[in-house]
Amino acid sequence: MAYSANQLKNGLKVMLEGDPCTMQDVEFVKPGKGQAFTRVKMRNLMTGRVWERTFKSNESVEGADVMDRDMEYLYFDGELYHFMVPVTFEQYGADATAVGDAAKWLKENDVCMVTLWNDNPIAVTVGNFVELEVTETDPGIKGDTAQGGSKPATLATGAVVKVPLFIEQGDILKIDTRSGEYVSRA
Amino acid sequence: MSDWKPTASVENLHKRAAIFADIRRYFAEQQVLEVDTAVLSQCAVSDPFIDSLDVAFRGHPDASAEMCYLQTSPEYAMKRLLAAGSGSIYQMGKVFRNGEEGRYHNPEFTMLEWYRLGFDDKNLMDDVERLVRLVLGIGPIRRCTYAEIFMEKLEVDLQEISTAQLADVMRQHVEVNMDPDDRDGWLNLLMSHVIEPLLKEEPVFITDYPASQSALARIKTNTDGQLTASRFELFVNGIELANGYHELTDPTEQQHRLEADQRSRKQLGLPQRPLEQRLVSALAGGLPDCAGVALGVDRLIMLALQAEHIEEVIPFTFRNA
Repeated sequence: MAYSANQLKNGLKVMLEGDPCTMQDVEFVKPGKGQAFTRVKMRNLMTGRVWERTFKSNESVEGADVMDRDMEYLYFDGELYHFMVPVTFEQYGADATAVGDAAKWLKENDVCMVTLWNDNPIAVTVGNFVELEVTETDPGIKGDTAQGGSKPATLATGAVVKVPLFIEQGDILKIDTRSGEYVSRA
Repeated sequence: MSDWKPTASVENLHKRAAIFADIRRYFAEQQVLEVDTAVLSQCAVSDPFIDSLDVAFRGHPDASAEMCYLQTSPEYAMKRLLAAGSGSIYQMGKVFRNGEEGRYHNPEFTMLEWYRLGFDDKNLMDDVERLVRLVLGIGPIRRCTYAEIFMEKLEVDLQEISTAQLADVMRQHVEVNMDPDDRDGWLNLLMSHVIEPLLKEEPVFITDYPASQSALARIKTNTDGQLTASRFELFVNGIELANGYHELTDPTEQQHRLEADQRSRKQLGLPQRPLEQRLVSALAGGLPDCAGVALGVDRLIMLALQAEHIEEVIPFTFRNA
């Protein structure tokens, strides 16, 4: 399916330079005496590159078969991360490139969003917050809840985050996945 | 239907009405006559990039249709009034432009257009400045030529730079597919996509447009010996607000420009529409020396109310009408 310039809108997925791309910030630009354009901030879903592209009113662009689906994370087999659509039990295997930084926060049975292009996973987005167990950290300092200071803690997924000194091994922590920062004990 | 409500708040509509009243008071004090010319016409605007909405008129319900056009500005009709001896005139009313819809565009919008006898583009900018400052409460408005703004914002010397280099400058900012030889196309792209967003800091009149973008302005020789158009545009907050000319009065030149527009339309595969020959006849009858300007009233109100979208200042947008 091809879209003409006047059908472009935020979130539309299209093919440019052979890669699926998503549209952000779509704006109609038309000087009084000049030609009409649709100016779009594009993001390449494969490479993450963000750039600006403007489309003449008579230009068209091919749609990309891209969709986002909520899936449950199952397990990592050493090569692929396996996900399942909860209702239909369809399973998908995503490689490390597709999973990217999300790998740090994937916990079994958590639901995350998997982006499929032509039915293949190309990106994984975890929730803004995730709860993970501390598997390794220096012993906690009792009662030190008010003081500053922090130490590294390794979580069940292997991610390392800075935590307050009172955190103990075995604690469940709430982490903000956007910043990778500790929020609180869960 | 649950979407019966207006897109603008009633409070904004009160403010809109107050601005209408300010504008009419300004022109009454200046002794400029209000006119209201026809919106529906047998002829259409010639500009290649302004598309008229066409309307089928029938003498009776079974008669074959005569194609008519909703006016994209009252310019042709107002010039016929000027040639007929109206004196300085203004018009505030609806105009229509096909295909224009967005944050700053609605296909039907309110335009304020006025003509001042004996004014040139400089005097008219003073006039626009008085009115706009009155409504927006802003300070003095800077003036800067088209060539100066390209130098200031892009470090581009328009006398030296080739069209291919202009295209390169554009592509550094925004990717685009365009005819590589269309110099005015690249200039327009740079102006609308790169320079305009940089004009947010202060209101500015851009003057002395390239002669190739004169539309219906006179062409003059500037101090550098370059041919430029006696045309200006006003930008406030980076938004194109008004476009004015020291008006072309030569009927032969007017005829040539209409025909040149028609040829561009043909080359670009755009619709050929009847040209307004009565405008040429009016100029032959004698259009007095004058300057004229068109100003987007909805955008002026957006600026006055700090609105983000045109829908906040008009009762119903096209999609709600």
